[in-house]
Amino acid sequence: MTSGMEAFLEGVVRTATPLALAALGETVTERSGIINIGLEGSIIAGALGSVVGAAHGGVWAGFVFGAVCGLAVAAIFALFAVVLRADQIITGTAVTLLALGGTGTLYRLIYGSAGAALNTPTLNPAAIPFLSKIPVVGLALFAQPSITYVLYALIPVVSWWMYRTHAGLALRSVGENPAAAIAAGVRGKRVQFTVVLFGGALGGVSGATLVLAQAGTFVEGMSAGRGFIAIAIVVLGRWNPLGTVLAALIFGAASALQFYFQAIGTNLPYQLFLAFPYVLTLIALAATHGRVSAPAALGRQDLELE
Amino acid sequence: MSQTTAFIVDTLVHATPLMITGLAVAIAFRAGIWNIGADGQFIAGATAAAWIGVSAPATIGWLALPLALVAGAIAGGIWAAIAAWLRSRFAVLEVISTIMLNFIATYGASYLVRGPLQEPTHVFPQTSSIVAGAHMPILISDTRLHWGFILGLLLSVLTWYAMKYSATGFRIRASGMNPFAARNAGLINVPRVTSGAFIVSGAIAGIAGGVEVCGVTFALYENISPGYGYTAIAVALLAGLNPLGVIGTGILFGALETAAGTMQRNAGIPATTASVIEAVVILGVIGIAQFRSRCSVSAT
Repeated sequence: MTSGMEAFLEGVVRTATPLALAALGETVTERSGIINIGLEGSIIAGALGSVVGAAHGGVWAGFVFGAVCGLAVAAIFALFAVVLRADQIITGTAVTLLALGGTGTLYRLIYGSAGAALNTPTLNPAAIPFLSKIPVVGLALFAQPSITYVLYALIPVVSWWMYRTHAGLALRSVGENPAAAIAAGVRGKRVQFTVVLFGGALGGVSGATLVLAQAGTFVEGMSAGRGFIAIAIVVLGRWNPLGTVLAALIFGAASALQFYFQAIGTNLPYQLFLAFPYVLTLIALAATHGRVSAPAALGRQDLELE
Repeated sequence: MSQTTAFIVDTLVHATPLMITGLAVAIAFRAGIWNIGADGQFIAGATAAAWIGVSAPATIGWLALPLALVAGAIAGGIWAAIAAWLRSRFAVLEVISTIMLNFIATYGASYLVRGPLQEPTHVFPQTSSIVAGAHMPILISDTRLHWGFILGLLLSVLTWYAMKYSATGFRIRASGMNPFAARNAGLINVPRVTSGAFIVSGAIAGIAGGVEVCGVTFALYENISPGYGYTAIAVALLAGLNPLGVIGTGILFGALETAAGTMQRNAGIPATTASVIEAVVILGVIGIAQFRSRCSVSAT
């Protein structure tokens, strides 16, 4: 028996999962001093890639090919923003535009203008024995599609890598004090390039999640600004992996509210609920002002690394 | 009308919103403000203009047109002012806030054309047609080309002159090029100048929305902007952020969109290809600029 509350919490975790995946990758990217606005492009590329991959090799092939597509988009961003040190904001915007248009074009070329009648295999929720029986939160946390469990596993791994390894220290030093990092022998550009690719791959997985664990099909522009929301989530999560995932839950709740209100029936216009996550992003960014500190070299294009 | 004439007319009709929103983006970028929100400001302007256009009494005649355009400018300015305020008061990155405001404007317009502003039969998600007095006069008879195109040209020339020769234009350019130097050189209140440029940028994008409603659609629809605000970034960058250059690049992209539409109808090439081309243009422009500057650095 699922109560209304359990259904709502299940919706929170479900809608938070793709946001958290993308935001987790962006957290690592931003810690190196690079802000990848092109994340939105990686998400939409991952969504289309997952449809193609899943059609050929099943659900998990879909996730892998989605990650590859997200990574490929991020590689374009890295080429301009990291190697050529072009402005990160403009590059990211262009990459997003490229991926949104490119996926729309490719989708119609591959599947024709009708398109919608796709039978993409999807990931069903898999309940974990015992854990899913925990009252109230059990179903929400432990009866999700297995990609959510991949996310759970990634949080400690990324945290450990970022705070407890030499590579993680090198990453953070490039983002905080590039000059010192380079003096200490860190290959700044290589670090940034690598983590941009990592962030792009997770963005791709995020897009694949939208398709394979939620919508079951690709729709043009289905990323719907999640890449940008994820960037706000990174700020709200104070550039740390666990914080990011918790912040993603707040946005999951904002999105899940619409299902909840639809279920109980209300006269409020549905556009209000659709717009709510975007409004919340603005409020969250304003509210965290002054209480968080970004990596010191975030967004700086003028720094010559090595 | 020959096919060529039809193509030229369609190009100029498409170029009008691109030129004006491109101008809006150029002003903001010149001030060092990454306004990705011309789309939302365009929608805000279109909404306000449609509201005036629908509700204006017929007795005021042609006065409805300037009123609608001014309303569009104010609404676009207010929409940008939200992001400008978040930036100056809370240091919220304007890239994120303007994109969020784009989504909010889209849903807001969607609500209005299905709710309070919907046409009286409540069948279509759009407003009623605007009054005749709010229609933009036609420039060449028997075509769709309207005076909005000339208005776009005038705005571009005016902005070019103001940026190049006025004290305000100098302050904007100085703040954008090097905010620290601008502040230290004295007499430039950088946050105030950049916020001002941001709001003006929004107002101009709002005018573009008003021009589209008064000159082309004559009503407010859902999805009134097919992403003009994003194309505008390519228009502005390809023009080197020069207000006069925006005229040329606006027409170029107008031709591109017209051709993309024709190709979709006739050859089945998706119109989304146009945004791929826009993105390649942006990357090309910044790539070449970076490559050149790196060459000149290593030469010295």
